[in-house]
Amino acid sequence: MDKNIEFAVKPKVQIKGISDGLLIILGEGDWQELHDFLLDQIDQQVEFMRGARVALDVGNQVLKAADLGQLRSQLYDRDITLWAIISNSPTTDQTAQTLGMATRLTKVKSEMVEHPVSKEQTMGEQALLLHRTLRSGFSIHFPGHVVVIGDVNPGAEIVAGGNIIVWGRLKGMAHAGADGNKEAIVCALDLMPTQLRIADRISITPQDRKKALPEIVRLVDGEVVAEPWNPK
Amino acid sequence: MLGNVLTITSGKGGVGKTTATANIGAALAAAGNKVVCIDADIGLRNLDVVLGLENRIVYDLVDLIEGRCRMRQALIRDKRLPELFLIPAAQTRDKSAVSPSDMIKLCEELRKEFDWILIDSPAGIERGFRNAIAPADIAMVVTNPEVAAVRDADRIIGLIEAEEKGPARLLINRIKPGMVKRGEMLSPDDVLELLAVELIGMVPEDENVITSTNRGMPVALDGKSKAGEAFRNIAQRLLGSEVPFIPLEEDGGFIDRITKLFRSGGK
Repeated sequence: MDKNIEFAVKPKVQIKGISDGLLIILGEGDWQELHDFLLDQIDQQVEFMRGARVALDVGNQVLKAADLGQLRSQLYDRDITLWAIISNSPTTDQTAQTLGMATRLTKVKSEMVEHPVSKEQTMGEQALLLHRTLRSGFSIHFPGHVVVIGDVNPGAEIVAGGNIIVWGRLKGMAHAGADGNKEAIVCALDLMPTQLRIADRISITPQDRKKALPEIVRLVDGEVVAEPWNPK
Repeated sequence: MLGNVLTITSGKGGVGKTTATANIGAALAAAGNKVVCIDADIGLRNLDVVLGLENRIVYDLVDLIEGRCRMRQALIRDKRLPELFLIPAAQTRDKSAVSPSDMIKLCEELRKEFDWILIDSPAGIERGFRNAIAPADIAMVVTNPEVAAVRDADRIIGLIEAEEKGPARLLINRIKPGMVKRGEMLSPDDVLELLAVELIGMVPEDENVITSTNRGMPVALDGKSKAGEAFRNIAQRLLGSEVPFIPLEEDGGFIDRITKLFRSGGK
């Protein structure tokens, strides 16, 4: 059971006790202001906060590595571990992931399963464009389409409600149509995923794969089928 | 001029971070730079052993940060190179004894006095790594030509980019040219294709490294060792010289040499 420990009446920062540490929920407003306010609040409760594991809900804030990295170091100096960032912005999610932090609480995850992303969102025009190399440990979950310009290295994973398009080498894990959309496709200039999933079907790259060529993968009669891209 | 902070890291353990730190430090010092190597692997210190300075430790990094000694007391001078110093890790504490901002403050002090500050990072991506990377000007990632090490290097390069300490420089350590030639080991090209970062050195597997490590004498000071030459070249590249990469050749054993003799004789 969650025990609410609300000690700050001010709405800008809410601190709650959750099963694995503390959850701090930030209100809306200027990041710098909230950031300073948060540290100030923490400094007033040094004894209470010392050694805490903190998950931070930043709402709609769009945060860069410098912002989150700085905050994490400042919390470290106060002996507080920032282990997760909960956010509504894909950019902030990415930042948190590249910094090696979690982007969801276990509890939030189970809620996500109960409320799958709406059809409207996944089949719509929403797409996330990533113009970079996705390295090992990077994980992106997005309800729409995901387009990567760059390589997806082994150990990286993409989970998309819609299609996945990689303008580069796909060597990591790709899951298209993650909410059950069997029409979803995956295509890449060089398709060598560790594992490829479409809706609820899973496949691996055959060992005897010949040389690199662009391919497109879809479900045909429930089977994962890869076809070479032939412009003719 | 303020000194440079070079952090040597890898993600995976056992790929040769400590050996690389000791040798690049020794090579930089031998080239006339004032160098300090910091062992940031608190709780599992090694760098003192590799440099052969284990018996001279009185104070360590944690003593220095917690103010139990002055800077001068924690600096251990190398027995061969008067311009090479070590700040050893504490053996009895753990990574949480130091914070990233402690490391930044310490390096700000050291920069005034040293040309190069080398930080030997612990394995892993947790606090120890963040302590080591926080003050870095240059991040060097050490990997071996094997799939697991390259995977971890890829992860750590991503983290370095996220901390805005990139671009990382890559050191491929323990290459066995014979195995590469037979297609049994990833070639440096395979590694670079995946990691897509700038290469700063390729060090061949060399048994001299093990013997010299056990004796506490960096192989970079051994004029005959191939690995030593590779480490000296890395130091030169850090100092801004353009040194060509040594072509990887099989360092033949006795039988190999005989075969070669026969081959060249027969032709």
